[in-house]
Amino acid sequence: MRTVFKTSYDADLGLFVHRYQAFWYFLLLAVAIGLPFVMNDFWIGEVALMLIWAIAGMGLMLLVGHAGQPSLGHAAFMAVGAYTNVILQTSLGWPFLVSFPLSGCAAALAGALLALPTARLHGIYLAIATLAVSILAEDGIVMLAPWTGGVSGIFAPDITIFGVGFNRYVNAPGFYWLTLGVAVLVVLGYRNILRSPLGRSLVAVRDSEISAQATGVNLARTKAVSFALSCGVTGLAGALMGHFAGVFNHETFTIFLSITLLMMIVIGGLGSIHGAFLGAIVITFLPLAISIVREFLNERFGTASVMPPGIETAAFGAILIAFILLEPMGIYGRWVKIRTYFELFPFCRRDMFRRQRGYLRTERIR
Amino acid sequence: MSLLELENVTISFGGLTAVEGASFAVNPGEVFALVGPNGAGKSTIFNLVSRYCNPSGGDIRFEGKSILGCAPHDIPRLGIARTFQNIELFEHATVLQNLLIGRHTHRRSNAISEILHLPGVRAEERRHRLAAEKVIDFLDLQPYRESLILGLPYGVRKVVELGRALAVEPKLLLLDEPASGLSADETDDVAFWIEDIRKVMGITVLMVEHDMGLVNSVSDRVLALADGKTLVIGTPQEVQTDPAVIEAYIGLGDDGAGE
Repeated sequence: MRTVFKTSYDADLGLFVHRYQAFWYFLLLAVAIGLPFVMNDFWIGEVALMLIWAIAGMGLMLLVGHAGQPSLGHAAFMAVGAYTNVILQTSLGWPFLVSFPLSGCAAALAGALLALPTARLHGIYLAIATLAVSILAEDGIVMLAPWTGGVSGIFAPDITIFGVGFNRYVNAPGFYWLTLGVAVLVVLGYRNILRSPLGRSLVAVRDSEISAQATGVNLARTKAVSFALSCGVTGLAGALMGHFAGVFNHETFTIFLSITLLMMIVIGGLGSIHGAFLGAIVITFLPLAISIVREFLNERFGTASVMPPGIETAAFGAILIAFILLEPMGIYGRWVKIRTYFELFPFCRRDMFRRQRGYLRTERIR
Repeated sequence: MSLLELENVTISFGGLTAVEGASFAVNPGEVFALVGPNGAGKSTIFNLVSRYCNPSGGDIRFEGKSILGCAPHDIPRLGIARTFQNIELFEHATVLQNLLIGRHTHRRSNAISEILHLPGVRAEERRHRLAAEKVIDFLDLQPYRESLILGLPYGVRKVVELGRALAVEPKLLLLDEPASGLSADETDDVAFWIEDIRKVMGITVLMVEHDMGLVNSVSDRVLALADGKTLVIGTPQEVQTDPAVIEAYIGLGDDGAGE
């Protein structure tokens, strides 16, 4: 266990707790930058997809994990980002560097607009309201066919920045580095939010609305800001997803995408940036792992009946149930437990992480 | 001029009149206690001042201005901080974070500068931290600075909640049963803290308390309530010997009460 001797308040304001932690994260970043030199284009594409999932996951994590507002409507905001990005590029001819941030802004605006009527909703009611948004978005895309291409879909143009092409197939490492850059910026912004009054006000709204108000937190405004930031980041992920997919239509952004996003952050671990990335790894590579195993079994036994079709969905469902029952803190929560065990060895107690029943709280006044 | 003034405040929930025509004024620098049996309307008065509920009649004035047009989140900005009867802390945050959230009314930075972590944000964070550390020193919370609320015992949570209210740097502090559930030693600590809050920090205290020992030792004036009506205002001794108060607490002699 490393004891950090803090000599100034700035020690708590830094991005890293100590230099060794900084070293490991920079090493991780260096490895991530160097990946295209050791992986082929297919795998780099998959890692880029993982990063896109992670960006979307961070967006949702801010809302669900930190502000405590469940959302089943984030596919709609991915759609807003994806369509805004492509329409600005194809119809108005704006470059990616302009259309990409604007797609995030459009999604953020949509999120803030949703937060206005739903600011008074809590928990399951908010989930249902956002679920409706997700379903509406699907129909909306079809109805706005003149702009969105409706059922037949829309083609995402190639990304060109200062004459350099970032097509996923032609320049896979380029697209990957672009995604990595966006992901790193989002992580930095997220970390900055968490160490500032804004992040604390989100936590306040999550843990006790009544006492958040008693300390001067404006509930409606804080919820609107959290929705805007969350949806904005998810919109950015949607824009990247559009370029990754190349062509997309209303079926890309169904309610299942919303559920997958929510599942991802629950599996990864609610309330941590790590959780978004760990969940994204599971979401991206589990289908790959299943198909690799399936191919192996087919080769070995020469039959396709060993693993029935649709097993991915079943596997996802089983994993989600297992996590909720056995490890509600997600993969990251499990990692923290393992780390603590070794840090405190041999003094780690079994009850250290037992969830306690909270003391009685003031009857809610709403 | 009195700091907080309630004038003929009435509130009813459905057919139940929780507070009826309450009128009293809290002077700057005093410790004012509300006492009364359960259901007398003490906490309801707190919730009225915190603007969690709207009175059906009357007026509440803070520093001479009516606060009935304020939203609950405007109240701490005016300089009124409160604690809750059953602790309402941010359970998945550390003690330090809880105290820092108490500094929210002193936030000057906006969301964009915070996302970019501009130098001004950092300078402000240092100031908030300094203020929070002063509260930690005052309440002896140093050992718990980095602990999550979830793992803390009840007594410490009670103190953290007092600390969060102090971090607001209020003019008026509303304490809803600051000694409930505390041991005799902890109650003594609370009594000392209330003395210091009044004398050293110059904060006026309005509190609800059942522990008459604490009320006697710290409060200047006491208001006794029963069934939503104000019975008597006076010094602790006057109130305790008032026949109406004795009747409200113990009842009249012939029904066998009076232990």
